[in-house]
Amino acid sequence: MKQRAQIALLPDGRRLHLQDGPIDLIIEAFGARREVEQTYNAACSRFVSVLDELCSELNYLRAECRPENRWPRGKVARRMTAAVMPYASQYFITPMAAVAGAVAEEILGAMTEAGKIVRAYVNNGGDIAVHLGEREQFVVGMVERPDRPSLFGTATLSASHPVRGIATSGRRGRSFSLGIADAVTVLADRAAAADAAATIIANAVDLPRHPAIVRVPASELAPDSDLGDRLVTQAVGALTTREVNEALAAGVKTAALMQRMGLIRTAALSLNGETRVLHDGLELSTLVTRVEERGLVHA
Amino acid sequence: MADDAIRCDACPVLCYIKPGRTGSCDRYGNHEGKLVRLDPHVVLDRALERGSSVVPFLERSRDWDGTLIHPNTADQSETFVTAIGAGTTYPDYKPAPFIISSQIAGVDMVTVVTEGIFSYCGVKVKIDTDRHLGAECSTVRAEGEAIGHVTTSEYGSQMLSLGGVRHLTGGSRQEGTATCDALLNLCNGKAVELQIDNGAKIVVQGGKAPIVDDVQEERMRVGCGSATIGMFAKQWFGKVDEVVVVDDHITGVLSEHQAGKLLGVPETGIKLKGRRSTPGRYFQVAEPGTSWGGTNIDDPLSIVGKFNAKKAWAGLRLLMVSTTGEQYAYFELDEDLKPQEEDLPRVLRESVMRIKENCEPALCTVMFMGGAGGSLRAGVTENPVKLTHSVRDSLARVTCGGAPVYVWPGGGITFMVDVSRMPQNAFGYVPTPALVAPIEFTLKLTDYAALGGYMESVRPLTSIVGEKDGRKRLAANAENPWPLEPQRSQKKSRREKSRKKK
Repeated sequence: MKQRAQIALLPDGRRLHLQDGPIDLIIEAFGARREVEQTYNAACSRFVSVLDELCSELNYLRAECRPENRWPRGKVARRMTAAVMPYASQYFITPMAAVAGAVAEEILGAMTEAGKIVRAYVNNGGDIAVHLGEREQFVVGMVERPDRPSLFGTATLSASHPVRGIATSGRRGRSFSLGIADAVTVLADRAAAADAAATIIANAVDLPRHPAIVRVPASELAPDSDLGDRLVTQAVGALTTREVNEALAAGVKTAALMQRMGLIRTAALSLNGETRVLHDGLELSTLVTRVEERGLVHA
Repeated sequence: MADDAIRCDACPVLCYIKPGRTGSCDRYGNHEGKLVRLDPHVVLDRALERGSSVVPFLERSRDWDGTLIHPNTADQSETFVTAIGAGTTYPDYKPAPFIISSQIAGVDMVTVVTEGIFSYCGVKVKIDTDRHLGAECSTVRAEGEAIGHVTTSEYGSQMLSLGGVRHLTGGSRQEGTATCDALLNLCNGKAVELQIDNGAKIVVQGGKAPIVDDVQEERMRVGCGSATIGMFAKQWFGKVDEVVVVDDHITGVLSEHQAGKLLGVPETGIKLKGRRSTPGRYFQVAEPGTSWGGTNIDDPLSIVGKFNAKKAWAGLRLLMVSTTGEQYAYFELDEDLKPQEEDLPRVLRESVMRIKENCEPALCTVMFMGGAGGSLRAGVTENPVKLTHSVRDSLARVTCGGAPVYVWPGGGITFMVDVSRMPQNAFGYVPTPALVAPIEFTLKLTDYAALGGYMESVRPLTSIVGEKDGRKRLAANAENPWPLEPQRSQKKSRREKSRKKK
């Protein structure tokens, strides 16, 4: 049997790296060595079939999600659909918007079922599912420009708060964005929900018909993109401070609405070095700290 | 559907990729109608050599593992642009993707950087083991497909020759794919399971111990039993009357061995089982196995017959030891000339430890070998043969992902490189199937002009390191000679080293 997936421990000997086609996971679990090994094994055995499962329903997953749609078969596909369904009546969104978060969630689920671990994360290219045992916490660094990896802030996820998923979307990431945000980071109860929400908010950070923004039909760049002929952002020219504020405000408005609907806990939106952090009743926003001194992040 | 898009078959997503774009994984792209792997372009940084360890994780820049390149930090002589992720110029008549000039010690140097697509390529694998892996010329298989063969063994090691154009493109599609997969994994430092016809199942991974039929090899033997006698005879002389070094290949006996004779070790009347080759050297004392010296015996006395009463004496001291020093036993003959086991005397302990000490860890090592003698040269110069000549004349230095290569004498540019000295994941493939390997040619700007180089394509180093997108800055391997430093002959550098010591 030929195995396509790449499975390896990273050189630090602690983190597990799983890659298959476009899926690329960095996993780390903390706990007793035996338990960690067990959960890593569970992650691997669940992982190897995920891409094939997704590809068997790829047409469905790339099509617009409508409220009346039937549900897909695959477990990951159902996670994706569940995450985007709340937006289906109001926005254009496809289940693919939640693919990274849903895969992270699924793998984390397989891990927590297999062993008793103190805490763990599954990082799918910046979309992260976390598991936190009692009184545990993670500090997550946030990057607005993946091509210039410097932290613009950190978010602390604690066991006492409900956040277990974090996702980032924006035009600098791997997938296309309809908006101009450099990065929108969302904290939600689940990774797939965070992923879908980040996509919607990043799309909302926008200045419609602004001449300095170059937009191209997604299909022209990638013929099989789930966005079809929709215009995706290719380049953003010079913007005034007022314009940056205006675009961010549009995103904040959408994010606040989603927060009120209980879809997300909080979000950090970033454009041209400006950042907005959503306030929230749980005061999670205080957990999101801006890094004032920008330093390079070394491995 | 646009005509110029290509279908990527690297995974079941089967992306349609337009020219100049990448698939959803960001790893494969359409480069002028050809599917190529496009990892972030790797730039070696000498300054990072000793710094905090940078994990050469070439996945994607979204992982925060790399540092960035600032034009102002790009000291010219300290930065070397590798061909990893540079892309190729298939079908080669266009200038290589990067022709970079930098000033080194006042001399303008150019480095021509390209990723070559190698159909003529393979790996030579050295496996440190004395275990029998398979007969010479036996077929080596991966995933059931023939991908190479067992070649002549070397001292303490078995050698495999894998890949080559016949397996890559001369056989069935499955054979080519299995070969390409195995080569790619071996070159990128991953483990590969191989089955040798009428031989062993082995797991091979560069820099790791081989696993032969599910048993991990630990140490190489210090030498065969006979060689061990030769090496340690002097240390044993006077401290013990007889030594038997148990080895599946050649078991050595001190008193009969030439080394013992020269020292004047008296005969002991020992009688060994097995087939005597020359004095003191015995073949086949037992069956091959995983115990004493690669044999199947657990009791060393089982290979020793009755002592000759005319020559042996009561109190005769006998040491038996394996070629790795992992097993040893000490006996003294009783009144009936029967060996009785005693504690190993302190004076002998040292020699046993020394055998152990001299056994190096068993490793698999992987050398990539490829020929750049073809059209790839046309991406470097309009007059390809002149590049070959300049490599021959040592005017152009060839490196592979910044690592030094050995260029074979004779025609063409056929080279070998130790993949462990290259950055991780330096290799890619195209579905032809063929391997994509980085290759860089560094030479003086004036020499480059003289050989008909693409002078109009030469760009300064600062223009490369100023482009942030898709560049990956890695620490250079401190053990490699810095590619931009003037080449010295080995003799000279050795002389310099000894001068430094003084």
